[in-house]
Amino acid sequence: MSERGFELRSPAQGGDDVIRMERIRKVYDTGKIQIEALKGVDLQVCAGEFVAIVGPSGSGKSTLMNLIGCLDTPTSGTYELRGESVAGMNKEQLATIRNRRVGFVFQSFNLLPQISAFENVELPLLFGGHSTRARRERVAELLERVGLADRMEHKPTELSGGQMQRVAIARAVAMGPDILLADEPTGNLDSSSGQDIMSLFSDLWSRGHTIIVITHDSALAKRAERQIEIRDGKIN
Amino acid sequence: MFRSLLLVFRLFLRSSRVQKKRAILTIAAIAWGSLSLLLLLAFGEGLKRQLLVARSGLGRNIAVLWPGETTRPWNGLPAGRPIQPRIEDIELISQRVADLYAVSGETRSWQSVYRYGTTTVNRRLTGASLAYGEIRNHVARSGGRFLDPLDERLRRRVIFLGDELAADLFGEQEPIGRMIEVDDVPYSVVGVMIDKLQNNAYGGPDASHGVIPITTFEAQYGERELENIVVKAQRPDRMPAVLKGVRETLGAKYRFDPEDERVFATWDTVEGGALMDKITLGVQLFLGLIGALTLLVGGIGVANIMYAVVTERTTEIGVKMALGARPGWITGPLVLEALTYTLIGGALGLIMATGLVMILELVPTEGNEASEMLGKPTLSLPIAIANAAILGTIGLLAGYFPARRAALVDPAETLRYE
Repeated sequence: MSERGFELRSPAQGGDDVIRMERIRKVYDTGKIQIEALKGVDLQVCAGEFVAIVGPSGSGKSTLMNLIGCLDTPTSGTYELRGESVAGMNKEQLATIRNRRVGFVFQSFNLLPQISAFENVELPLLFGGHSTRARRERVAELLERVGLADRMEHKPTELSGGQMQRVAIARAVAMGPDILLADEPTGNLDSSSGQDIMSLFSDLWSRGHTIIVITHDSALAKRAERQIEIRDGKIN
Repeated sequence: MFRSLLLVFRLFLRSSRVQKKRAILTIAAIAWGSLSLLLLLAFGEGLKRQLLVARSGLGRNIAVLWPGETTRPWNGLPAGRPIQPRIEDIELISQRVADLYAVSGETRSWQSVYRYGTTTVNRRLTGASLAYGEIRNHVARSGGRFLDPLDERLRRRVIFLGDELAADLFGEQEPIGRMIEVDDVPYSVVGVMIDKLQNNAYGGPDASHGVIPITTFEAQYGERELENIVVKAQRPDRMPAVLKGVRETLGAKYRFDPEDERVFATWDTVEGGALMDKITLGVQLFLGLIGALTLLVGGIGVANIMYAVVTERTTEIGVKMALGARPGWITGPLVLEALTYTLIGGALGLIMATGLVMILELVPTEGNEASEMLGKPTLSLPIAIANAAILGTIGLLAGYFPARRAALVDPAETLRYE
């Protein structure tokens, strides 16, 4: 990463807390009834950790992921992302946090269908304000690293599921985020593609990325160094 | 700021394409609305210009003064004295009054008998000073002329005929150089007025009277008292000063208060023109409003398509938000998209309107009284600017409200796995 105008944030050093959540509650108010999705969650994730969050559906996994990823704000409790309190941030600030600090990988890939793999990976860099040249070099490097150097100009519909997920992972790590947040990343893939993706996560972990995976997939969960089980809005 | 705009523009270029059919229909609606607006405004502009021409038929920026009575006592003289200027006062006014462009007096016979061969008609006869031809817009048809200084000095029996009067007397024959009799006195026809548009007059339209030198009129009828005085100021805004000057000059001679504005019944066409300008502006605003409403319907179409776009792209918007797009980077491209549809439609409307106006230009209006009064639709720069401003506003609004909904998209909601 020595290009001009582009500096990749180095992954957090081992031992620092990347995520510190205390007594996190999340209540959804549907008008008539209030649903308490999270009932006081405490969570610490250290830099360089590979954590799997497991639990049955309806347990609050997705809610927790949304909060970690700053897509949503907690009803109460404190959340510090790398020492910075996220509570009380406005939309613009949250957008910046998501751009710089969090990389998302989704079960359904969520690539934009109209634009190429290259342009998909380029999006967060565009939001991050990097120059055209820096973006081009960075995207090429990322796609090469996930083994798609020859698929850059393909549209998502022209790629297989595994390839789409690799593009999504390249997009997630493009800005060098503090955490890589994956929600059932192998859920829509056949087993061999799933294997590839799991290996890719292991590889990223070995390079120092902090990874949080939410999954049903016990094979993927086993690759994590720590498993956190969530049930009825609480961590056991 | 600039970088942000550039980013918005890039994102706009990369956003998904809407369904072609829907986009085309929307653009067509805008084009139609824009066409209506432009044609209505062009029509209003044509009407305005035609009214100006018609108003100028009488002569531009003139005032006519009719003698009357004093309404104030002055220097021991009572109110209610009739004041009657005479022919020689025209010379006096032209020497004394500042800012005056020209002045003419009129003497008049309301019923004179015109005879040519066996044709006899009863029409007005006007005795006028030489400046009358210019300031009252009596332009001679080719082959003829208006009265000249020699006519006046020698009291020649020459006559200038209004075009309708000439047609009544001569039919298809050429009148110039022929002799006619007016009240049994022979006159030589020296000129015929061109066919002019005139929508205001006093006494009657210029097309149906004959004009002879005021000196000849005096010699024939013994009339020295002026029916009225016509003045033209050097600039329209000097007209009040000229009217005041006339009152001062004649007030000194006939001993009345120059502040007594009612000694002369005065028709100031400059003042009337200002009023007409307001009326035509009102008409134009009204037509513009109707056009803008038509365009608004097109704008609602654009807003509608943009709402559909936001709904369709909810996931895309959610993904962009998750990747760190700020609200403005979501809304900006949508507003730009709405503006694009509006402006493409507007450009098409402008092209069609220009084409139609050019075609209408080729249709002859002569002989058709309606189109003679209405004039020809005319597209002007202010109309184009007004159209662009209305389009821009509609485009912005049609983009703004759907974009605001997009900004409210909850990414957590849209990214939930199926």
